[in-house]
Amino acid sequence: MSDMIRPRLSALEAAWVIARRDFVAVLFSRAFLFFLLGPLFPVIVGGLAGSIGGEVQREAVSFEVGLAMSGDDNAAMIAANDRLSGQLGPALPVLRAVPEAAGDAAFDARAFMEARRGNYAAIITGSLNAPRLVGTEGQIARWQGPVGLIAGHALSVQPAAFPQVAAEAVATSAASERTSRIQTAQIAQMVLFLLTMLLAGMVLSNLVEEKANKIIEILAAAIPMDAVFMGKLFAMLAVSFVGIAVWGLVAFGLWAAGGDAITQVTGFDPARLPAPAVGWPVFAMLGVIYFAMAYLLLGALFLTIGSMASSVREVQTLSMPVTMLQLMVFFLAAYTIKQPGSALEMAAVAFPLSSPFAMLARAALEPELWTHALALAWQALAVLALVKGGSMLFRKRVMKSGGAGRDKSRKGNSVSV
Amino acid sequence: MDMAVSNHTASGNRMNGFSAAPVDSRPLAIEARGLVKSFDGTRAVDGVDISVPEGAIYGILGPNGAGKTTTLRMLLGIIDPDEGVRRVFGHDRPHDIGRLIGYLPEERGLYPSMKCIEAIAFMGALRGLSLKEGRARAVELLERHGLGHAADRQIRQLSKGMAQTVQLLGTLVHQPRLVVLDEPFSGLDAINQGKLELMIRALADDGVTVIFSTHVIHHAERLCEGVAIIAGGKVPYAGSVEAARDRIPAQVRLETRAREGGWLAALPADTRRNGDFFHFPLPESGIEPLLKHLIEGEAGILSLSIERAGLHDAFVAIAGEAAARQLAADNEGARA
Repeated sequence: MSDMIRPRLSALEAAWVIARRDFVAVLFSRAFLFFLLGPLFPVIVGGLAGSIGGEVQREAVSFEVGLAMSGDDNAAMIAANDRLSGQLGPALPVLRAVPEAAGDAAFDARAFMEARRGNYAAIITGSLNAPRLVGTEGQIARWQGPVGLIAGHALSVQPAAFPQVAAEAVATSAASERTSRIQTAQIAQMVLFLLTMLLAGMVLSNLVEEKANKIIEILAAAIPMDAVFMGKLFAMLAVSFVGIAVWGLVAFGLWAAGGDAITQVTGFDPARLPAPAVGWPVFAMLGVIYFAMAYLLLGALFLTIGSMASSVREVQTLSMPVTMLQLMVFFLAAYTIKQPGSALEMAAVAFPLSSPFAMLARAALEPELWTHALALAWQALAVLALVKGGSMLFRKRVMKSGGAGRDKSRKGNSVSV
Repeated sequence: MDMAVSNHTASGNRMNGFSAAPVDSRPLAIEARGLVKSFDGTRAVDGVDISVPEGAIYGILGPNGAGKTTTLRMLLGIIDPDEGVRRVFGHDRPHDIGRLIGYLPEERGLYPSMKCIEAIAFMGALRGLSLKEGRARAVELLERHGLGHAADRQIRQLSKGMAQTVQLLGTLVHQPRLVVLDEPFSGLDAINQGKLELMIRALADDGVTVIFSTHVIHHAERLCEGVAIIAGGKVPYAGSVEAARDRIPAQVRLETRAREGGWLAALPADTRRNGDFFHFPLPESGIEPLLKHLIEGEAGILSLSIERAGLHDAFVAIAGEAAARQLAADNEGARA
């Protein structure tokens, strides 16, 4: 025998052999390219829909208030509005004279609006001294004050000047800090959940392919099944990190190119997210580790299911309850964000599948770090137990000879010597 | 040479006289005692004993569904037995000495998108070989077996025979001391079967222990020095091929000119007459006393032949007619 052959592969070495092959095979497959592109489609479609929707909304929601006063009053109102808009900006409407009312003393604003003519949020009639606002209740509630202010300003002989208010902002207050960090916790949980669900699914069909290719028996004969499971899990975890890195780069590029526009359209500005209790660097690190744990936990479950199934269709059927369970644990973790220290939150922390989500929320809300060390050790233990259980189940249930065997009830055999 | 013994049949049989320990002085590559495996309440393997000395070519012979694959899987540690013990090179856990073992499963499988050279190197890596060394050996093995031109081809681009050869080379790339082949001849044409037989002999010449399962008697008969006959999950016989054949007396075929005479009384009681021929087992006293009676009784011997029993006759006698019929049907099915 050659000296080049190392002694018996350790479980880690065996897992490495599997992980290396799977990682390379998946990464250089066409399927992975499609997988990478997958999330871009909803983002692009969502972006387009949002953009179109925004445009439509901008067109549909009118801030124009019509003027149906005398010509002078109309002009005075518009001039006053222009003067005030420098300081009050979007709090003021856009004022436009209603052409249909020009020179028509009998103009009926109510009938005009009820006939759904024009595109005005409301119409101002009457005079500067007694302006009258015609519109729906909502629009009246919104514009009544500003219209009064504009009319009052239009009446005044001297232009009014508002004193400048000096501003001194504080970063936070004790009362608001926790409330605002909850937002960070919720967003982190949501991102973690979406990534886990999106990526852990890759593991599902992994063993099915191997069984279909009849390779599994070669693997099972050469190395322990738990090493096979472990190798596959970590390969797919590494693949998912590649995926996240690619998506992250694309997101960063998009943000760099049009962050302002994205903020404007979505109303979401990550720069204004409240800092987590453990600080951003530690939070980011914990986020990566908890993603890995959530992935490994769910992946180990999916791998076990995949190993039991003989077809992709069977995998999908079998995985449904696990997906539902995963949704439930996510909701549990999300629900308990606002109940730190409660029995329910402790349950979410203790149950392995919800633990990464609950603990990531804790990292956003609580500064203690030792709890994370404890939780991570617990989650790692759960991963090992799941892998061990899955491989045992696989050996017990899958490696059967097809159709062979003899019924116990049969007596002896047909030997006639 | 006596390879081993097995006797776990319920009713007791003629194998009872065999010793449990191998008489040959070679150390054992495989030793299994009382292996039992059930699936869903059905006993697939029911008390199998096998002993295979190092350097032997050993066959596990039986019809489909007899328990051959389950037995091999237990020997390799792919599944654990419900009862019994197995040792491979003295180790209870075959995975501990995985680098010494090469295994070709019945259902061949390779990653379709892998190149031949990578597939062989990967199989070597599973057994502890570095990828670099595995690739170097893969090139050498492919060249030696006429597949050098296909080294960089993907498995999916190969013919079935070529893919099977690549998988076999992957089984051997780490130079194992024990090679386990599950139905290695199935799916191969006659030419490739011949090549495989040569490869198996060459391995044995190099001191490698080869154990293979088959339902084709002539492969076992041609190649093996030891054989385990398995039927219904039990092993009614495990020992040398020669000993199996010796358990069935040689058959005598006699043709005489005379049809009647006193010499007829000298023929054994279980003689069958078939046209002009008499068939009977060779008497324990040998042929000479009978010949004397035939000559003195003026039987007029036209022809006399003594044929040693083949492994097929031994199989029929040991495993029973039903198992033999199933074996024949399996062979027909495989040929079809």
